[in-house]
Amino acid sequence: MGKKLTPEQQNYKDFSKKREPKRPVFKNCIKAFVVGGLICVLGQIFQAIYIKHFGFTEKTAASPTSATLIIISVLLTGLGVYDKIAQWAGAGTAVPITGFANTMASAAIEHRSEGYVLGVGGNMFKISGPVIVFGVFSAFVISIIKVIFNFFGG
Amino acid sequence: MDKIFWAFVIGGLICVIGQIMMDVFALTPAHTMSTLVVAGAILGGLGLYEPLIKFAGAGASVPISSFGNSLLKGAFTELEKDGPIGIFTGIFELTSSGVSSAIIFGFMASLIFKPKG
Repeated sequence: MGKKLTPEQQNYKDFSKKREPKRPVFKNCIKAFVVGGLICVLGQIFQAIYIKHFGFTEKTAASPTSATLIIISVLLTGLGVYDKIAQWAGAGTAVPITGFANTMASAAIEHRSEGYVLGVGGNMFKISGPVIVFGVFSAFVISIIKVIFNFFGG
Repeated sequence: MDKIFWAFVIGGLICVIGQIMMDVFALTPAHTMSTLVVAGAILGGLGLYEPLIKFAGAGASVPISSFGNSLLKGAFTELEKDGPIGIFTGIFELTSSGVSSAIIFGFMASLIFKPKG
């Protein structure tokens, strides 16, 4: 960004932009909607089961539900199924918590050949790391704002 | 049945937002997920995410935006109990099951499965 491009570079950029296949945004959105919606429905069903048969409440059922979805996602990732669905569904599989687990499991499996410490351990958080970093930091900032508000507002 | 319908619609719509970020604004999946998490934390801070979960159930609690809200909720809860130190002790309280199970099962997967393709 901000770096001046030479005329050739600019030409090339325009050219490649023109040649880039147009993304079928609307179609992708429909796919993301259907698959993402279905994953959430699956979560809703698990949640109902945990509440009905395992004595969880509406508030506490979210944790076992996401753990269950994560196990399923990791298994499907290992079997190579999740990434096949993801190619079709785009954000529909990336945005739910299953996508978070998928990025970790697939990085762990893929980098196994580089060793367990540097390969698996070092690459597991490559995509999910930023999610945790920015999630935690934004939660921290908002909490501090709340502390200041409480201090002045009572 | 109502809950399932709204879980589908709201969960689907949050994924559509993610798809638009990826397709229209050309963000990487990591950027998209990070943005949604921050958005979830901000909505949580404004007190808007909990009503959404009440309304849509898993449709709001399964997408990654819920991770931001849960981080914040954990921090807020302990903040009220223990003061500012609670931000640090509480932030992972609700998200522990998600993060730890992703680490544990992800690592187990690397022991069992071989890379595909």
